[in-house]
Amino acid sequence: MQLVKTFAEHYNYVITIFLMMAGLYIVVARGNMVKKLIGLSIFQTSVYLLYITPGKIIGGTAPILDPAFTVYSNPLPHVLILTAIVVGVATLALGLALVVRINECYGTIEEDEIFAKDDDQ
Amino acid sequence: MTAVMPHLPALQIVVPLLGAILAGFLRRGPTAFAVALAVSWLMPFIAGALLWQVLGGGSISYRLGGWQPPYGIEYRVDVFNAFVLMLVSVIGAVTMPYARRSVAFEIDEGRQAWFYCMYLLCLTGLLGITITGDAFNAFVFLEVSALATYVLIAAGRDRRALLASYQYLIMGTIGATFYVIGVGLLWVVTGSLNFVDVSARLAEAATVQPRPVITALAFLTVGVSLKLALFPLHSWLPNAYAYAPSFATTFLAATATKVAVYLLIRLYFSVFGPTLNFQKLPVSELIIGLSIAAMFAASFIAIFQTNLKRMLAYSSVAQIGYITLGIGIANKAGLTGSIVHLANHAVMKAALFLALGAVFYRIGSVKLHDLSGIGPKMPLTMAAFVVAGFGIIGTPGTVGFISKWYLAVGALNEVGWPLVLVIMASSLLAVIYIGRVVEVAWFRDPSPTCIGASDPPLSMLIPLLVLTAATIWFGIDTQWTAGIAGKAAGMLVGGLK
Amino acid sequence: MTWATPECLLIAALIIPLAAALLIPLFHRWPNLRETVTLIAAVLLCLTVIALLGPVLSGVRPQWSGVEVLPGVAFAFKLEPLGMLFALIASSLWIVNSIYSIGYMRANKEPRQTTYYVCFAIALASTMGVAFAENLFTLFLFYEMLTISTYPLVTHRRDSEAMASGRLYLILLLGTSMVLFLPAIAATYVLAGTIDFAPGGILGGKASGATMVVLLVLYLFGIGKAAVMPFHFWLPAAMVAPTPVSALLHAVAVVKAGVFCVVKVMVMIFGVDALAAAGQSGWLTVVAGTTVIVASVVALKQDNLKRRLAYSTVSQLSYVVLGAAILAPISVVGAAMHIAAHAWCKITLFFAAGSIYTAAHLTEVSQLNGIGRRMPWTMAAFAIGALGMIGVPPTAGFLGKWFMLTGAMQTANWLAVAIMVVSTVLNAGYFLPIVFRAFFRAPPEPTHDAHGGHEVHGEAPWPIVLALTATAIGAVALFFLPQIPLALAQMMIGR
Repeated sequence: MQLVKTFAEHYNYVITIFLMMAGLYIVVARGNMVKKLIGLSIFQTSVYLLYITPGKIIGGTAPILDPAFTVYSNPLPHVLILTAIVVGVATLALGLALVVRINECYGTIEEDEIFAKDDDQ
Repeated sequence: MTAVMPHLPALQIVVPLLGAILAGFLRRGPTAFAVALAVSWLMPFIAGALLWQVLGGGSISYRLGGWQPPYGIEYRVDVFNAFVLMLVSVIGAVTMPYARRSVAFEIDEGRQAWFYCMYLLCLTGLLGITITGDAFNAFVFLEVSALATYVLIAAGRDRRALLASYQYLIMGTIGATFYVIGVGLLWVVTGSLNFVDVSARLAEAATVQPRPVITALAFLTVGVSLKLALFPLHSWLPNAYAYAPSFATTFLAATATKVAVYLLIRLYFSVFGPTLNFQKLPVSELIIGLSIAAMFAASFIAIFQTNLKRMLAYSSVAQIGYITLGIGIANKAGLTGSIVHLANHAVMKAALFLALGAVFYRIGSVKLHDLSGIGPKMPLTMAAFVVAGFGIIGTPGTVGFISKWYLAVGALNEVGWPLVLVIMASSLLAVIYIGRVVEVAWFRDPSPTCIGASDPPLSMLIPLLVLTAATIWFGIDTQWTAGIAGKAAGMLVGGLK
Repeated sequence: MTWATPECLLIAALIIPLAAALLIPLFHRWPNLRETVTLIAAVLLCLTVIALLGPVLSGVRPQWSGVEVLPGVAFAFKLEPLGMLFALIASSLWIVNSIYSIGYMRANKEPRQTTYYVCFAIALASTMGVAFAENLFTLFLFYEMLTISTYPLVTHRRDSEAMASGRLYLILLLGTSMVLFLPAIAATYVLAGTIDFAPGGILGGKASGATMVVLLVLYLFGIGKAAVMPFHFWLPAAMVAPTPVSALLHAVAVVKAGVFCVVKVMVMIFGVDALAAAGQSGWLTVVAGTTVIVASVVALKQDNLKRRLAYSTVSQLSYVVLGAAILAPISVVGAAMHIAAHAWCKITLFFAAGSIYTAAHLTEVSQLNGIGRRMPWTMAAFAIGALGMIGVPPTAGFLGKWFMLTGAMQTANWLAVAIMVVSTVLNAGYFLPIVFRAFFRAPPEPTHDAHGGHEVHGEAPWPIVLALTATAIGAVALFFLPQIPLALAQMMIGR
């Protein structure tokens, strides 16, 4: 019972950890370069959740100062994660651009095939 | 002048950032180079002024946008990061003249402007990581420099450069994400992102919730270690350095990993140090163990490399082992050794990579057998290589000796005899991999590839010779390197619990 | 001559060979001018060092300090008696060795002579640096510089054998110095708070007995140039080098720098009295004695003349270490004397070996039957050198051994006495047969082989003969005029 309660209270974090592990696993286990990037994105997304979750204060409102409210949600994580999203998008874009170039040069985006091609030289 | 002085910390970042945008818009290689050169030459003056101020007394706190810390982002300059700022700026300024011909030789006309743009962005990021007092801001700069770095590496002519860049992108992003997870955990328990503020609140947080603090430490350690290529998280580095354009390799080898090391030291000694007792955590042992593994394993692998840029890359991994060793030793002498080796290794490794870049410029190859007998053909270049090589080996009279001396003294005070013997034994491996090149280059008959070779033009030769001279100069006159590093180490160690 | 203060002379002695190293390449195209530069530098250096002798004997200790490199450790020089003795030996032998080199290198039409003379000059500058160093840092710097500057000399032939030997030379010398010597210096720094040399030592009372043993082991084996077994391999391997280089290694600079460092560390870092009080003499005697005896036995079995000389050097070096290890003041004086004696005798022997090679192209002992009749000067000099090494009066070798023996008797170190007696017999055993062969065996029957060029040879070219005669005379003169080295050696131990 206790276990279920802990799980229910922390389910945001459980999802965060699940996404984190899933993302990392894809990066490690997949040889397809695009899939790797997708895994990387999932991994980064989990961090967004990690930051956003504690920002929500139960009973708090949007952080607009008003005498009627005393409890606000923390706006900071949203700002931070906005930045992190931009970083993530840039990384993904650059990664995909690299994959396109690799595909032009090697004719494939499977890692093992690429390594085999370089070993031939 | 008086109007500018208070804003120097911001200018240190804003000038290269604007320079990068300008270089990107200019589109023509030579004009972009002019911008990059102007910016690079301006940087040491700003960094020097900052260093001069903090040496005069106290640290500088700069409120970005006028927001009061810890709410706003604070740029905080003390002796330690002023030293690293100076290091990055000076390396950029000295090597920049080299870039013009080297980049023109290795990169297509249409892409040169972008190359300089990325170089300036990378410089911005590195300086930003160093100067900022805000953990999340450091993450952003980490990614700014990293993204620029991926592009710089991918600009190499070999198609394997793309692969190296991609692999670095994956590893680098994982590292940065680990870092940001660690920062997030710290923020959750302390409610702050400002290094100084986090450090002040951490004591209370660690008693209430010790586990997230330890977890944060672990995430930060792994994340930053990936960026600084601590063995065994170094796998991205050799290929990245081997296939990047010569100038990019030089600049990255001399600065990028150093700044990551700076971040690690900052986190360990300024943020966690005052709260956590490192002796009770296996941090010290772990770092020392991995450092020794790096010193031996990477040096050993370096011995068998035929691509000399790759060899030097592995040598870098080994040398980073020396730097982190001092962090593990964690006393004043050891940390002085670490900090001074940041600068010393930057100087000599930059010289070595510049020399190889010059060889590539002349004969189009950095394979060991193609360099046979090249010494007498490119006497100044290869003489510089030999001298800088002595630095890597750590012969007295070069900078490498100074670093090793401090590490040895630190190890004797803290850990004891065996570690000292290990430090010294690992430099024997450097004798082998440097000696191998020297033997081939100077004591063999010339190979057909280097018959027509000669020393490179002055714009490439002078940066190389300046760095080589610095290898000797700072091996004898250490007041600007070891002297300042000692002050920084004293400050950092003084805050430890 | 107000400018010629001892301090200026001290710096001049360091700068002269370096300046020569810079000038020599400029005269690359004119060999005669190039050699003139070497000779002038050698003579100037010797005169400079001799000019320093007077002040040192009268008690002046000229010194010069540069920047502070490490906290409390400056790049600094200070001339004390032992260093003076070493500088005198090295600088005077550079003159004869240069004359000899000119004869040898030209007669054998060696390539890369400019590189050779440049490296030689740098090696001499390093030697002066070692001799004048005020602290272990400066000493170590020039010690390593000496290793590196002699590497191109050892690999002079550039063939695979020379390169392999060069690798061994570099790895063993750099390796021992880095892995053992440098940690010892660092430990000394941590223990004593300084690494400046001081009469009477700096470690007295600051290190426990066990620490002292560890330190001493690190120093003794870390100073690989002293060729204490098992770190002696580089010396026989380096025999591939041209003979004047062997002379440089064995007599002028390299191994002398090694034993000089050992003696200096024992006297001015540990302090003879502190070591004697800690009872360190026993095992030191065993270590040094083992090398003395084993190397002599190995020398007996060598047929290659230069290799035999090389093992003789290994043995004689440990003699010096042994002299210091007896830890009686008089034996330390003997050790210093033996450095000088061995230098003059061994250089004579090597010059003779090179002379035989140049004139007759012979390298093996078994080929030397009757050669004394064709090359009387060479073999006479060889005989004098050999007698000196055995320690027969009236040669320089006698004095050193005598003092060491006296010291051993005084401290009742009978093991050391036995070692010296046995090794003297062994020395005679491997040197006298050569002399006997050369003078009293009949020369081989003339072969009618068209390539049997050695039938028609006489003496070697005159610069070679001149040089080896001079050193032979020196070896004898040192016996009759030992005042200067003796005075310096006694000043070193403060008597």
